[in-house]
Amino acid sequence: MNRRHFMKTLGVAGASLAGGAARAAEQAATPEFFGVLVDTTRCIGCRSCELACAEEAGLPLPDIENDGALAEERDTSESCWTLVNRYQTSQGDVFVKRQCMHCWQPACVAACLTRAMYKTATGPVIWRSPQCMGCRFCMVSCPFDVPKFEYDEWNPKIQKCNLCWQRLEQDRKPACVESCPTDALMFGRKRDLMEIARTRIYNHPERYVHKIYGEYEVGGTGWLYLAAVPFEELGFRTDLGTTPYPEFTRDFLYGVPLVLFGLPALLYGLHELSEPQGREPAGEE
Amino acid sequence: MADRLSLMREFGRFLRFLLSELRPRGRMLTPFNLISVPVIVAAAAILVVRFTRGLGAVTNLSQEVPWGLWIGFDVVTGVAFAGGAYVITFAVYVMRMEKYRPIVRATVLNGLLAYIFYAGALALDLGRPWNIINPIIGNKFGFSSVLFLVSWHFMLYMLAEFIEFSPAVAEWLGWKRVRRVLHAFTLTAVILGITLSTLHQSGLGALYLMAKPKIHPLWYTEFIPILFFVSSIFAGLSMIILEGTLSHRVFATQINHKRHGSFEEIILGLGKGAAIAMFVYYFFHALVFVHDHRWQLITDLWGVWYLVEILGFVLVPCVLFAYGVRNRSVSIVRTAAILALIGIIMNRLNISVIAFNWNSAAHYYPSWQEIVVTLMVIFSEIWVFRWIVLRMPVMREAHELPSRPTESRPSELTASA
Repeated sequence: MNRRHFMKTLGVAGASLAGGAARAAEQAATPEFFGVLVDTTRCIGCRSCELACAEEAGLPLPDIENDGALAEERDTSESCWTLVNRYQTSQGDVFVKRQCMHCWQPACVAACLTRAMYKTATGPVIWRSPQCMGCRFCMVSCPFDVPKFEYDEWNPKIQKCNLCWQRLEQDRKPACVESCPTDALMFGRKRDLMEIARTRIYNHPERYVHKIYGEYEVGGTGWLYLAAVPFEELGFRTDLGTTPYPEFTRDFLYGVPLVLFGLPALLYGLHELSEPQGREPAGEE
Repeated sequence: MADRLSLMREFGRFLRFLLSELRPRGRMLTPFNLISVPVIVAAAAILVVRFTRGLGAVTNLSQEVPWGLWIGFDVVTGVAFAGGAYVITFAVYVMRMEKYRPIVRATVLNGLLAYIFYAGALALDLGRPWNIINPIIGNKFGFSSVLFLVSWHFMLYMLAEFIEFSPAVAEWLGWKRVRRVLHAFTLTAVILGITLSTLHQSGLGALYLMAKPKIHPLWYTEFIPILFFVSSIFAGLSMIILEGTLSHRVFATQINHKRHGSFEEIILGLGKGAAIAMFVYYFFHALVFVHDHRWQLITDLWGVWYLVEILGFVLVPCVLFAYGVRNRSVSIVRTAAILALIGIIMNRLNISVIAFNWNSAAHYYPSWQEIVVTLMVIFSEIWVFRWIVLRMPVMREAHELPSRPTESRPSELTASA
C-alpha cells in the first residue's frame, strides 16, 4: 500500500481510534477480489456463455444449436475454456457451467516456478505466455484439473479461463456473464455475491441446498455455485477440504532456509569433530 | 615471441591429446554397443518428432496425466538413485571414513552424470524448454514453488558435484596446479552438495503435496518429503552396491589388486548403512499407517499393491541387508540392494504415475516412444561414464597407468568405448 492510499484510508477512518484506523487501513489494503455467482436453478443450458467465451478468447466456436454436446459430461479442454454440462437428478435436469474457479489462493500460482500463472489484484488467475516453460506443474497441482496443455503444438500454451481480465480492466463484465439470458451468472465482489447467495437461500429455503459451493472450498474460490441438489450429484468434488492448497507446501518451504543455513554448520562441525586425535589431519587423498 | 611459440606448441599438444582421447578404444562390437546404439538412434528420431509435432505425438500424456514416465522415472526415480554421491561424500569428507575413499570418485561421477542426464531429461518433457532459463533470471522467481527450489538445487548441485569431481579431470589433463586449487574447494563443495541434496531429494516429494486429491490416500501423506529423503539414502547406497559390482567386472583393468581386497568390506559397510536407513524408512511408513488409521484402506487391490511395496520391497530387503551384513555375505547384500532398488522404482512410480489419478477414468501407460527415450537416457549416461572411466583416474590412482584394455580381457563384458 502506498502512502497516498494510506492517507486516504486514514481520512476515511476519520475520527475513529488509532487502532480502528489501522484495522480499516488493513481492510482497505486487502484486495477485494471479483467473482461470479452461478445459480444453477436459473440455468437453462442454452450454452450462450460457451459461444461468447469462444468468441472473446479466439477459440473454435461451438455449434451450440446442433452439436448435441449436452448428451454427455464433458471437461474443458485446450480449445474450450468453459462449457455447460447436464445432470439428471431427482429435481430434473440441472445444468452446470464449468470453468476455472479462480481460487483465492490458487495452487497453480503457488506451483508456478516462473510466475507465468498469476493472480491479478482484482481476482482473475491468468497465464502469461512468455514466462511459461511448459512444465505442467500447475496441472498437477490444480485440485479442479483446470489448466489444459496443448499437447499437439511444438510451442504449446496453457489454456484456461482468465475471467476476461482485460475486459475487467475496462470495467466490463466477463463475456459469459454478459451473454447469460437468465441471470444465472452474476458478476461482482465476492462479499456482495455471498450476501446475494445467502439471501436467495434464506428467501427460498425449499429451492436450494443450504450450501454455497466455493465459499470455503480450497480456501474459497472466485466462482460460487448455488444448487437445488447436493453438489456431489452435479459432478463437484466435495472432498477437497477447506485448506488453501499452497498451505500444503508452506511448511516445507519455510523449512528450506533453516536447512540451507543450519545443515552446513552442522556438517562442518562434524568434520572438525571427526578429526583423528594426535595425527595430522588427513591430507590429500 | 619465444613465449608465444611455446604457448602455441603447448596448446597444439593439448589439442592432439584431446583428439587422441576422443578416439574410441577397444572393440566396437560388444553386446552393450549392439543394443544401445540402435536405441539411441531411434530415440533421436523420436525426439525430432517430439520437438516438431509436440509432446502428444510421441507420449501418452493427457490433460488428466500431465506427468508420465519421463518425470516419474527419469527424474524422480533417477535422482533418488543418484543419492549415493551425497551419502558417500558425507562419509569420506565429513566423517573421514577412509574405508570408502576408493569408491568416492566413481560414485561422484555417477551422481554428476545422473543429474546431467536424468535431470536433463526434464528438458525433453518441458513444453517450452527454451524458457528453462526463466526461473533463473530477473523478475520471474516463483519463490512459492517447490519446483523453483528443486530446479535451483539441481543446478547448484551439478556445480558442486563437478567441483568434487574436477580434480580427476585436472589429473587427466596433467594440470597439477589447477588440481591443487580445485582440490581446495572439495570440502566446501561437499558440504554444499549434501545440504542441497537433503533439500531437493525431499523437494521432489514435496512436488506432490499439492496433488492431495489425486494421489491414493495410502501413498499420500504430509511426510512425503521426509520419506523421499530417507529413501534416497538407501536408494543411493543400493545403487553404489549394484553399480560397484558391475563396474568391478566391466572395468577390472582399472582397479588394482590392493583395492579388490577392500571391495568386499566396502560392500558390507554400505549394506549396513542401507539396512539402518531402510529400517528408519519402514518405521516412518508404519508410523504414518498407524497414525492415520489406514487399516480400512488395505482391503482392496490398492491395499495389496501397497503391502507388496512396503513388505516385499522395503521390509524384506531391509532384513536381507541386516542378515547379509551379519553373515558377511556379499551376495545376499547384493540381492537386497536389487530388491531395494525395485522398491524405490515402485514407490516413485506409485506416487507419480500409478496411484496418481487413481480415482479418475483416465489411465496412463507409457508409449513405446517414451520407453525408448528413457532407455536412451540411461544408455547415453553409461556411454559417457565408460568414456570417462577409461580415460580419467576414477577407479585407479592418478599415477597408476591403466593396463591396456586390448591385452588382458577378463570377460566378454569388458568395457570399450
